[in-house]
Amino acid sequence: MSVTDSTTPGTDAYVGMLESMSRTPEQKRRARNLGIGYFVAAGIALAIFVRGDGGTSTFTLGGDSSIGLPGIPLAWLCAIVLAALGGVQISRGTAKLQSALLAAATILFIVTLMAWAAAGRQFSLTGTLHDALKAATPLVLGAIAGILCERSGIINIAIEGLLLAGAFTSALVGSATNIWIGILAAMAVSAVLAWVLAWLAIRFHVDQVIVGFAINFFVLGLTSFLDSRVLTKNPQLNGTGTIAEWEVPGLSSIPIVGPILFEQTFYVYAALALVAITTWMLFKTKWGLRTRAVGEHPKAAGTLGVNVLRRRYINVTIAGAVAGFGGSWWTADVGRFNENITNGRGFIALAVVLVGRHHPVGALMAALVFGFTDALALKFAILNTGIPSEFLELAPFFVTLLVVASVGRGAHVPAALGKPYEED
Amino acid sequence: MTDTAIDSSNDSDGDHREGVIRRILARIDTTNAVVLPLLALFGALVIGIFVIALSDVDKLRAGDVEGILTTIKDAYLALPNGAFNGWRAINETIVATTPLLLAGLAVAITFRAGLFNIGGTGQMLMGGMGAIYVGFSMDGPGFIQIPLGVLAGMVMGMAWGIIPGLLKARAGVHEVIATIMLNFIAGSLVLWLLKTDMFGREGRNDPISKLVTPEGQLPRLFGFLDRPELRAHIGFLIALSAAAFFWWLLERTTLGFEIRAQGANSHAARYAGMKPGRLIITSFAIAGGFAGLAGASEVLGTQGRATQGFAGDIGFDAIAVALLGRSTPTGTVLAAFLFGALQAGGQKMQVTTGVPVDLVLILRALIVLFIAAPLLMKAIFRFSSEAADSGPSFGGWGA
Repeated sequence: MSVTDSTTPGTDAYVGMLESMSRTPEQKRRARNLGIGYFVAAGIALAIFVRGDGGTSTFTLGGDSSIGLPGIPLAWLCAIVLAALGGVQISRGTAKLQSALLAAATILFIVTLMAWAAAGRQFSLTGTLHDALKAATPLVLGAIAGILCERSGIINIAIEGLLLAGAFTSALVGSATNIWIGILAAMAVSAVLAWVLAWLAIRFHVDQVIVGFAINFFVLGLTSFLDSRVLTKNPQLNGTGTIAEWEVPGLSSIPIVGPILFEQTFYVYAALALVAITTWMLFKTKWGLRTRAVGEHPKAAGTLGVNVLRRRYINVTIAGAVAGFGGSWWTADVGRFNENITNGRGFIALAVVLVGRHHPVGALMAALVFGFTDALALKFAILNTGIPSEFLELAPFFVTLLVVASVGRGAHVPAALGKPYEED
Repeated sequence: MTDTAIDSSNDSDGDHREGVIRRILARIDTTNAVVLPLLALFGALVIGIFVIALSDVDKLRAGDVEGILTTIKDAYLALPNGAFNGWRAINETIVATTPLLLAGLAVAITFRAGLFNIGGTGQMLMGGMGAIYVGFSMDGPGFIQIPLGVLAGMVMGMAWGIIPGLLKARAGVHEVIATIMLNFIAGSLVLWLLKTDMFGREGRNDPISKLVTPEGQLPRLFGFLDRPELRAHIGFLIALSAAAFFWWLLERTTLGFEIRAQGANSHAARYAGMKPGRLIITSFAIAGGFAGLAGASEVLGTQGRATQGFAGDIGFDAIAVALLGRSTPTGTVLAAFLFGALQAGGQKMQVTTGVPVDLVLILRALIVLFIAAPLLMKAIFRFSSEAADSGPSFGGWGA
């Protein structure tokens, strides 16, 4: 890293050349696979997009502004660019530009895809991005819970259960009192559950993956049991009303950005704020340094006087509260609880933690990818593109799998993750 | 035996019972595998009492303690009743046990290899689709169609199961993530397939497949009794054979040894010249095969058709089965029986007492938790044991 920090272009080019020459077989293989991926995408563009209906698709940007994109020329452009990229990637590699080019190519491909789907019609770009951010919110909250746990060395597979517990509690308590008290109760209940996870893992050395799963089973069973035994008979206990979107005064009238970012429920603002706060806390404060030390090398941290176990208890409990808050998102969105309402989103949050490399900002990006695919699939279903709705439904999971597969190796995991710590 | 004599002579009559219990618990080192699960079941049932009592809002409001106690008694009597009392109950237990055992083996083999297969549901779904195709497209003779259908289920399950293995070995994707995503993908694919002309039933808009032809259905186990409501089928025998195969594979073959070595210490296995990538892929392929059989047995035997949710949550329940059975062949069979019996009894409980069958899910979670936490059990039941120090374990996210 120290070499590449220099600002002289000559050195940069030299280091780049060195790096491209000294690539490991693994890197070479990945570069080649990426090239093949480019060719496949180019093939899709040629086979499907170029034969589209044609016509100009109109992307509306909120208010009166809009952009028109001609479908067929764009498809040709996309196919040619991707094929060229694939050729370069396979023949000599793109070295330091690899990630940037991949990102650019992905965006080009997605724009072409949208132009193809919306050919001759209107497509609300801001609406889709708005929905993407909305769909990403519970994932971001779940992922932050996961990051807080895993950075301190405790695996949290129970995110799903914590979210579900939060959804149930906020619906129950929220109906009996009001939704805000319900949210607080959800945070408390999930925090207690997370504390139990930490207690079993730390005090009794139970395998953390197994505890996590047991908690998932337990919460799923208990909430379903109570749903059919208590809530069904007492409908007054299951109806909170939803939380409306709140337009940030002033900011929401900014063109394009306003309708996407600032016409959301407070969950979105809270999630974005939490991403910023956790990033700052983890990497700029004493708390964060100690948390990371506890996750990477507890022995060393313990020798230097950090109370490893207490740190883990506190972090996991805070994570539980965050997940409980995330769970209440469903109640605020739907206004009630249904059996297994989270439907595996906690597991997606787990994937988001890994794809985001245990970094809050990375997790936000990964969650947005998932949320965007989700929102896009919904939009496509409305546009009636001829793609079976089931394929649209599976698209977010497929894309997540693809993304995990392409960043899989090399993602650093806290070294002491999942290992019990024994105080001497 | 001398210990027994000394104990009982020293104890007064009042302490006699406690002495017996203490003596039983003192032997826990040797009977770890039997007593620990029983205590776990006991602990789970005790917590279950509170769950039933505290959720009975109406009776709690009325202060009807007697009514609550009656409900608890009826519910807990209905569990063994619905599981073992009579042909019908035993039949239901077998029906519930069959897919749990097969899917449990699918999880157990990956546990032995140090891997975690949450993808049982997806593998079951794909296996079931393979089996159902043979089931409705052929028309006998049974001795060809049935083996072919079962085989198709196994092969499809293997094909789906091998994907997370490949992703883990070649691209470093953690199998937990891969299998979860593949479950969702399989769910959507099955839904789509059931709407196509190839699988969907004519004249039906809802996702439901064509019926398995009479020749293609798995023969009933209790056919000789001439009672059509006894729907247990030879899928159960297939499951038991699969468990036997699992034992043979682990204990009698080189591949099984390598899988166990990989699971016990992957670094040592690598230094001993075993190829981790190949073992990962093979374990997942075999796991997919087991789960595919579970899917085949469900559609060809129990249900006779495929619907969107024919795999239910069995893939997840199977994790509890493998954990409780400590991933050994015998343990997995016994655990599947226990959970199958709980499932059958739970259905009876729901019908007769109105206590939702979801209670079984809670009990299962608690049993797994207690099993995984021998130290916690030690603290609760106050027995001394050196063997019961740590539960089953398989590292973290590390690639």
